[in-house]
This record gives sequence, C-alpha cells and structure tokens, in this order.
Amino acid sequence: MKKWIDRIARWVFTVSGFTTSVVILLIIGFLFTEAAGLFRNPIVEEGYVLALNPKNPVKELSAEQIKQLFDEDITNWKEVGGPDLPVRVFRLEDLDQLYTEEQLGAEYEFAGAKIAEQVQQSPGIVAFVPDVLVQEAPGVRCLPDRTIPLKDVLLGAEWYPTATPSPIFGILPLVSGTIWVSFFAILIALPFGLAVSIYLAEIAPEKVHKLFKPVIELLGGIPSVVYGFFGLAVIVPLLQQTFGLPVGESGLAGSIVLAIMALPTIITVAEDAMRNCPRTMREASLALGATRWQTIYKVVIPFSITGITSGVVLGIGRAIGETMAVLMVTGNAAILPSSILEPLRTIPATIAAELGEAPAGGAHYQALFLLGVILFFITLFINSCVEFVSARNKFKR
Amino acid sequence: MNKIEAKNVDFYYGSFHALKHISLDIPQNEVVAFIGPSGCGKSTFLRLFNRMNDLIPGTRLTGQISIDGTDIYGRSVDVDLLRRDVGMVFQRPNPFPKSIFENVAYGLRVNGVKDRAFIAQRVEEALKGAALWDEVKDKLKESAYALSGGQQQRLCIARAMAVEPSVLLMDEPASALDPISTAKIEELICDLSGRTTVVIVTHSMQQAARVSNKTAFFYLGEMVEYGETKKIFTNPDQEATQNYITGRFG
Repeated sequence: MKKWIDRIARWVFTVSGFTTSVVILLIIGFLFTEAAGLFRNPIVEEGYVLALNPKNPVKELSAEQIKQLFDEDITNWKEVGGPDLPVRVFRLEDLDQLYTEEQLGAEYEFAGAKIAEQVQQSPGIVAFVPDVLVQEAPGVRCLPDRTIPLKDVLLGAEWYPTATPSPIFGILPLVSGTIWVSFFAILIALPFGLAVSIYLAEIAPEKVHKLFKPVIELLGGIPSVVYGFFGLAVIVPLLQQTFGLPVGESGLAGSIVLAIMALPTIITVAEDAMRNCPRTMREASLALGATRWQTIYKVVIPFSITGITSGVVLGIGRAIGETMAVLMVTGNAAILPSSILEPLRTIPATIAAELGEAPAGGAHYQALFLLGVILFFITLFINSCVEFVSARNKFKR
Repeated sequence: MNKIEAKNVDFYYGSFHALKHISLDIPQNEVVAFIGPSGCGKSTFLRLFNRMNDLIPGTRLTGQISIDGTDIYGRSVDVDLLRRDVGMVFQRPNPFPKSIFENVAYGLRVNGVKDRAFIAQRVEEALKGAALWDEVKDKLKESAYALSGGQQQRLCIARAMAVEPSVLLMDEPASALDPISTAKIEELICDLSGRTTVVIVTHSMQQAARVSNKTAFFYLGEMVEYGETKKIFTNPDQEATQNYITGRFG
C-alpha cells in the first residue's frame, strides 16, 4: 500500500512538472513564431502594389520613404534616388474623381485599364492600388515588393503600425521609452528603498518595525491601476506645474509611479536580506570599535548584497513589465524621447493599447508579438546580469 | 594592579535577574577564566566589559565596572573607543564577508587608520601573533570563508588583536572547534598572557586549568568563588565549586 502511494505520488509530480514545463515552452515557442511572422510580411499592405511609370527608374523604396511619399513629405523623385520629377500620389479613391461610374464599369471591370492610363500619362506617378487590377495592365511597372527587413524594425526610429500603404514598425522609440522609464524609476526607487530598508532593519525600534513592515507589504498588493490613477490625479498635474510643461503626462511621471510601485518589493526583500545578517557579525564589527553606520555599510550591506540585488532586480522586473500604471501616465507618444519630461511609450503599454485594434494574424499583430519577444529578452538580459554579478561575488558564504 | 574592577554588579534582562551582586577584580596582563554551567551568567558578565549588552533592548545594570580606574558606564565614555580598547572573540568564528587581509585590517580602518604600509604591517603582525600567517600569507586576497573553522577563529583573534586592545574578551572561543585547533588557540592565549589582559569564558574546565592564572566559578547568576586557578581546581573553599569541578553537576 505504502509503495503504491509512493509510486502514484511520484507519477503525479513527474507528470505535472513535465506538463507545466512543456506548456511554458510552447507559450514561448508560440511567441517566437508569431513574432517571426512579421518578417514574412511585405512592406506594402498585403494584396496591394505600388505602380510606377516604366520610365521611372526607381527600383525600391523603404517603408519610411513610402510613408513620406504618401504624406507628401517627399515631393520630388530625386529625393529617393530617382530623376528630377515631381511626385504624383495616386490612390484608388482618386479614380472616382477622375472618371464617371460608367467609365469604370458597374463592377470596376475597367478600373485596371484606367489606372494604367493614368500611370502611362504621368511619369512621376506612384499609385497605391490592388495588385489584381494592374498585374496584367500594359505600360505599368509594379514596384517589386520586399519583405519587412529586420534592420528597419530593430533600428527603426518610427512606430506607425497603422500607416497606409506601408506600416512602419521601428521599435526603437518603444524600447528606449521602456529603458528610460525603468532607468529613472530605479534611480528614484533605489536610494529611497535602500534607506527605508536600512532604517527598518537596523535603526527602527521593534515597535516601529512591527507597524511599518505590514504596511509596506500591503502597498505591494495595491493593484497597479490604482497607482496609475493616483499618478494621473496627483503626480501628472504636479509635474506640469513644477516644470511648466505643456502636458504633465511624461516619462518622469511614469518613472515616479513605477518607483512607488517598486519600493515595497525592494524594501521587503532588501530588509529581509539585512535581517539575515547574523547578530554575531554585527557584534564583531561593533566590538572592534566600529560605529553603527560603519557596521551597516562595511559589514551588513556587503553580507546581504545578494539579497539586496535580487530585491532591486525584482523591482526592475516589475518596472519593466508594468503596463497599466505606465499606460495611464506616460502620455503614450511613440516617439524617440529626447528628455524624460516628454511623453513616451513603453513596450507593455504599446501591447496593451494596440492589441485590441490589430487584426489577428496581420503584420501589426505580429509586430506586437515581436515587442513581447523583445521584452522577454530585456528581462532575460537583466536576470543574467544579476546571476553573473552574484556568481562573481566571491565573498559570499 | 587591577585592570578591571567590578563592584556590586546586578544585571537584568527585563525582569530576569541575570547577575547578582558580583564584585571581582581582574589583574593586569593575566588570564582570568569564567567557568560555570550554561545559563549561569558568565557570558553576560563578560559582555558587560565592552558594553556589548547595550545592544540588547530591555537590559538594566546597577553597580560599577571600571577599566583602568574609569567607570565604563559613565556618561562621558565613548563606547566606540572603549570597544577599540577591549577586544572580543566570539563563540563561533564570525569573519566578515571580506578577504582575509581586509578582515584583519577592518579594525584599523574603522578607527581611521589610512597609512597603507602601517596597515599591512599590523595585519602581518596580527596574523603572525595568531599563528595564522604561514597558512594564509599567499592567499590574503581570498575570502575568509575559504578558511577552515579553526583558521577562521584564529583569524578572528588576529582581527581583534590588530587594533592592539589592552583587554581581550573571549566567549568560549574554542567550543566550536576540533581538539587540534583548540590546542592552537590555547597556545595563543598563553602567548598573550603577560602582554594583554585576557578574560575567557569556557565550558571546559581543563581549558580553564591550562590557560588561566585565576578562575571564577559562576552559578545561577552568582559568583560562587574566585581565586587562583590552582586553588580552585585543587582545594576550593565552596562545596558547589568542588561539586562542579569534579563533575557531580553542571
């Protein structure tokens, strides 16, 4: 009987451990496949082509150039390496203004021919049209479409996922937004967190400690949306007034909210680590004539440095992955921030805000998965840094 | 000449009366051992000499303890300076999470010594004094935790001796060590006598007999008997002492 229970227990643990691991791996695998799908998408929206006059020698256009052409920021072909020729932007809707319904046919059956006519007439034209209409048309050169290049995504400084004809998925503004917000959050949280944990572990009388510790742990349990609301109601207007900003929603507001959110984690973990420093070690230091402060920073902190670092990393982890509060206070402008006082946007906020409007399976949707992968790598990188640092700490017990 | 004089010392942990009316004089540059069963107050008494008990909340002291004629619980006493002059070695080796060198240099550094050459010299002297130099001279930069328990305890003695205290308190310094390490530490204590005042708390009566000039026997917070070690172990005045050293209780 005992043997059977033992066997069943072993089986249950093996199976549950195995399934959990497999499920997690599958989730990661899913994330990666979806993200990789982005690079199989053409630059120009699926099903459409850019048609040029055959005399126009321009061979290829990047997504950014296409966007500028259609925004009429580029008005001459020589800016993209072509001849000195004014650009004429042509969209499918323009057909209705140029031709009557009869000319186009009841079912648009003559539309292809009319587009071809337009393209042939003006050498500087760039027409954004469905590929079926112009594939067979004579005198029309379709720009060969490429898939989205990795370089443009990873190093791209612009994030316009809904731009037509070609969306731009430069993740740099989002990555830098995340890093800026997290960096400043840690910069704010670290000194305060350390100070409070030192106070609680070393200086506070037992009564104060008994009162403070649960309160701080309670702060860690407040939902992030509440912190976001607090940030929106208090910190944002405060920043707007103090710095005279046009809008208070800024990276700094996000950093402050995140710092407040990371504090409970940093304080509890660091304080626990410092409390674990044996009493005899403190006594040894004091017995040598060291002051209390010397004992704290020369013995207690070095002894508990691993615990303190893990508290800080958990804090950073929370800051990087935090979505809701950041979404509410950073202003959500997907631009490369030039100062922490400007609105910016983080990776998690982008995913949360855009996933709803991105059609499943489309390029935008896959781009959001790619952001998830990037976030995964950032966290992985930070965790390995900590592993590396604590493994190198040779004075550890 | 007396180094430490305690007069009518009573000590309380909260409402617990831990030490009762203890008066005892410790002569300069001699080794004095405190013996007695667990919980008899000998460690508590030892820790009064460098005010270590100040760290425990809810304690209270009456009576007077003076070192070199100064009341160490007086108002104008700088506790850090007192502790610099009264070194302590603990029951378990407790090196800092630092290198061997930095462990020994710690006391000098926290007391404001900056001169590197002087620190290096003092570290070497202290390690030689603790009979550890030959074993660690090639790995001074390594972690103190790489040493064995006995080596760690000798490191702690070197650490305490590096600041040249005039009194060294030892709280069961060999109780966590093997016999060979214990022998080395006892040898060290014998070396120190004549130069430094050593007060040692020990559970081992043989150890007390081997290293000390004078011995005090504590029982239930009282000092039962205090005298020359030889006399305590051969011909004690009190029956309780006789019973304890012959192993009838404790």
